[in-house]
Amino acid sequence: MMTAPIISFKDFSFQYDSQTEPTLRHLNLDIYPGEKVLIAGPSGSGKSTLGRCLNGLIPQSYPGKMSGQVLINGQAIKTSTIFDLSMQVGTVLQDPDSQFVGLTVVEDMAFSLENDQQDQATMRTDTAKWAQTLELQDLLTHRPQELSGGQKQRVAMAGVLIDNSKILLFDEPLASLDPASGKASMALIDQLTHSEDLTVIIIEHRIEDVLQQPIDRLVVMQEGRIVANDQPEPILRQSLMAQLGLREPLYLSALLHAGIDLDNCDHLDQLSRLTVPNLTEKLQAWSADITLKAPIVHTEPLLTLTHLCFGYEPKHRIIDDLSLTLHRGEMISLVGQNGTGKSTLSNLITGFLTPQAGQLSFDGQNLAALSVKERADHIGYILQDPNQMLSKTLIFDEVAAGLVLRGLEPATIEKRVLATLKVCGLYEFRHWPISALSFGQKKRVTIAAILVLEPAMLILDEPTAGQDLQHYTEMMTFLTKINREQGMTIMLITHDMHLMLEYTDRTIVLGNGNVLMDDAPANVLTNDAIIEQASLAKTSLYTLAEQNQLNPTEFVAKFVQAEREAR
Amino acid sequence: MQNKQSNSIRTVVATGIGAAVIFVLMKFVAIPTGIPNTQVNVAIGFLALLGAIFGPVAAGLAVFIGHALNDFVTYGSPWWTWVIVDGLIGVAFGLAKNRLKIDSGVLGKGKLIWFNIYQIIVNFVGWVLLAPTGDIIIYHEPASKVYVQGVTTWLVDSISVAVIGTILLVLYARTRTQHGSLTKER
Amino acid sequence: MQHQLLIGYADRKTFLNRLSGSTKLLSFIGLSIIGMMTYDTRYLIGIMLFSLVIFHFSKIRYREISFVVSVIVGFSVLNLVMVYVFAPHYGVSIYGTEHLLLGSNQHYFNLTTEQLFYEFNLLLKYTFAVPLALIFLMTTNPSEFAASLNKIGLSYRVSYSVAIALRYIPDVQSDYRTISLAQQARGFEISKKAKFMTRVRGGIQILLPLIFSSLDRIEIISQAMELRRFGKGKHRSWYMAQKFKAADYLTLLVVAVLIVIGIALFHVNGGRFWNPFK
Ligand SMILES: Nc1ncnc2c1ncn2[C@@H]1O[C@H](COP(=O)(O)OP(=O)(O)OP(=O)(O)O)[C@@H](O)[C@H]1O
Ligand SMILES: Nc1ncnc2c1ncn2[C@@H]1O[C@H](COP(=O)(O)OP(=O)(O)OP(=O)(O)O)[C@@H](O)[C@H]1O
Ligand SMILES: [Mg+2]
Ligand SMILES: [Mg+2]
Repeated sequence: MMTAPIISFKDFSFQYDSQTEPTLRHLNLDIYPGEKVLIAGPSGSGKSTLGRCLNGLIPQSYPGKMSGQVLINGQAIKTSTIFDLSMQVGTVLQDPDSQFVGLTVVEDMAFSLENDQQDQATMRTDTAKWAQTLELQDLLTHRPQELSGGQKQRVAMAGVLIDNSKILLFDEPLASLDPASGKASMALIDQLTHSEDLTVIIIEHRIEDVLQQPIDRLVVMQEGRIVANDQPEPILRQSLMAQLGLREPLYLSALLHAGIDLDNCDHLDQLSRLTVPNLTEKLQAWSADITLKAPIVHTEPLLTLTHLCFGYEPKHRIIDDLSLTLHRGEMISLVGQNGTGKSTLSNLITGFLTPQAGQLSFDGQNLAALSVKERADHIGYILQDPNQMLSKTLIFDEVAAGLVLRGLEPATIEKRVLATLKVCGLYEFRHWPISALSFGQKKRVTIAAILVLEPAMLILDEPTAGQDLQHYTEMMTFLTKINREQGMTIMLITHDMHLMLEYTDRTIVLGNGNVLMDDAPANVLTNDAIIEQASLAKTSLYTLAEQNQLNPTEFVAKFVQAEREAR
Repeated sequence: MQNKQSNSIRTVVATGIGAAVIFVLMKFVAIPTGIPNTQVNVAIGFLALLGAIFGPVAAGLAVFIGHALNDFVTYGSPWWTWVIVDGLIGVAFGLAKNRLKIDSGVLGKGKLIWFNIYQIIVNFVGWVLLAPTGDIIIYHEPASKVYVQGVTTWLVDSISVAVIGTILLVLYARTRTQHGSLTKER
Repeated sequence: MQHQLLIGYADRKTFLNRLSGSTKLLSFIGLSIIGMMTYDTRYLIGIMLFSLVIFHFSKIRYREISFVVSVIVGFSVLNLVMVYVFAPHYGVSIYGTEHLLLGSNQHYFNLTTEQLFYEFNLLLKYTFAVPLALIFLMTTNPSEFAASLNKIGLSYRVSYSVAIALRYIPDVQSDYRTISLAQQARGFEISKKAKFMTRVRGGIQILLPLIFSSLDRIEIISQAMELRRFGKGKHRSWYMAQKFKAADYLTLLVVAVLIVIGIALFHVNGGRFWNPFK
């Protein structure tokens, strides 16, 4: 490319004041106007820190030691203010609730214009224009509490795009979106990149979802260094992702399973244009080779919900006459659109909310008679937002708290806590204050704090949101292990179709206050009507199977089996 | 540490969020003491922390806004003398910021004892001297009634700050990581 | 339930809704200050009637405010009883005469017309501003509130903190609920069974996540606001601000007249009290 880079890191290092080691080390990175860049890397590798350098929060709001240089449109970040940079770089933060400062959608969109002292007429025209582009017209007077995750995300984008800044930075835009909204967001970002001439930087763990739209460059970070920086195709071809502990797109893993040499493939980064010699024959041969094992059936009922009804407002029922039986030893995924009531349902089960009608029974015992704490002895519940669960300042104390309150011996407590911390990949941080952890790390602390109590059933609300592959795999392997060995019943609320496919035996699709479908995951994801209704998305495996005249359900089941065996 | 610009925005946000938290604590949170109709005033404990972190402007305004909103919603209109006194107490707590230096992460016994003596005096001036005088001037209520109310509030609030405020301060100070203190232990 | 928290604003399409927030705020403040100063019974009754009439026009239903009204009644009764218990002769000392209704003047607890009259005045003072406050709350769009504060002279930073408070109260409230339940599930007790210190400690453990996540929130929101240039200029415009119209000037004029009458009455009465016993 002949043009000058719009963003340029030159031998840049950064160390937070409270750290003993630098978080970013000797970065060299040039990003050119109009590029769409995906930054990936394990949790804690410094992706968000890199983002903070782009919008000026480093060094303005986060004190620390810097060396080297970062230039944005020729301006050095050291000497620019956040205000200057904000005209160049628009930032959409990970947590849309905190980004949404206005009382209503339209005020939030106009927020930066208000700060620039624009007059009301200008604000009206601009908000109207962007509301139209982002399809927010009907929501303009809504309050943030009335919006779904996907809608909040769009408002956040509108509030940033309204500045006409040419660089957009997204820190984990997909983390809490349902698959369909995630897909829609990525498509929207792609469309805006072209129509508004934007340079876009996306930090994200869900690589496969980002790659649904073309990406110009993939930057992989590890321990504060850039370890890969190229177009996606060469990186995918060398299987660098897997080597660096990141999740490859599923269709790539399938190709590898079928023994296909990636060197002979074209358009590896775009499934729709993928060309591989003899692909269909090879896949069919591989598929024919595998015999599916009969699934294990669980029959002993553990948790029974009968005719459950609930609504935050009496007129509007979120859960409407829902009946369901969960069996001992099952590994279940609960899926559905943003705002459909998944978290509400788990709050009903754990006693956080009281149903307006219907019964709940656990192991033959009526749950209505038990308090929140008594239910928690049987059913461990890990909330979506880790900050709502963390009550101690140190990691060790946090995990130990439940055991201490149950009056165990200090020695036993220490043993169990340390063992759990190892499993959750937190052992080396055990004496850190929780406030110094990244979001993904905090989430793992809360999981550890409940796991250590060894309940009979676990409900996890989006356990893998914001986790990297290594910790994701460790955690899921661990959950699978306690599921198998201790017969612990586990229900995962998730937007991750891969997790649902690979790790669970049964999927419950929630929609319109009731169960839309209750079946094996592979069957759910081949039902187009359900996918549409519940805002789910097919994984690339389906597309791959369909493109090659294979039965998708069977192909996916075989893939999952092969993956599980490889683990 | 941080630049001035960021700090003034932080003060605005701390005021707003602080007011929201105080509102919620006043309206919904009750730790009963065992004595009927007497509750630990959790909001004022939080106010001590807010003042120590964000200073007099944020703490004073936050409690003023939070208390006024709460009165609006529960009683229809604010009891201005008490709202104003609460605001002044917030300012006074905020003035302790420079002495406590809570962000540095060390909060010794000496500082805690000093703060508690200070807060008892502040509460005394607020609830026993200012608030009843205000009630007498504005509402022309009998002195004996307002002084009994004032002394009760003084006791409850001082104890609340002594217990809840102190614990919060200590715990918060512990979360402040000291310079260059984090390393991974294998 | 959540929506009813800040007693519900709704656009009831009355002239009160169309008035600018600044006008309503100024009127409320003006009338409540003069009402706090004066002890002229006629004037307080006048204001009360005036605001009840306006209240009628605001189309607010009694159902929407019944809870607040019952709290106010309870609060007033409690205070009136306390005043009587602590100072049953206070009315006599204010008005300088003594008309016994019950008991004799030897007893501590007796009842005089003066005391009744004084407590009636107190009741008026506790309640006269309530209809005005409710009108103000329930006809002013919360979004316009901050703009109004800024318009009547408060700095935009302070005004915006009020907006932030209104924006995040529902979030903090639902956070508190969830956190408290999550902590109880872990085993933290606050029930009356536990000892006082245990209870306080349990209570604090429940509060901590709320407080610390709020402190985190302060950091993140300040960053989000700074990234969108809050605090850049000396002024700031407001999307929801309303321009003054004729009706606004008219309203302010009426309120000004009422206030002037109140001040005039100080001179007529030679002080804050109107004394019917002389
Ligand atoms: N404010 C801070 N003060 C001190 N250390 C910090 C701070 N923020 C992050 N760190 C440290 O820097 C490292 C990188 O954090 P960062 O948030 O950039 O990771 P990340 O790659 O975005 O991770 P994730 O995928 O989990 O969001 C982490 O080890 C974290 O502990
Ligand atoms: N405390 C509350 N008061 C009123 N409405 C609520 C409350 N909590 C949730 N809702 C509404 O109930 C619906 C279901 O919310 P819930 O959080 O259960 O959805 P969810 O399926 O978990 O969504 P997500 O996938 O985004 O987490 C949403 O429309 C939400 O706006
Ligand atoms: Mg991050
Ligand atoms: Mg949810």
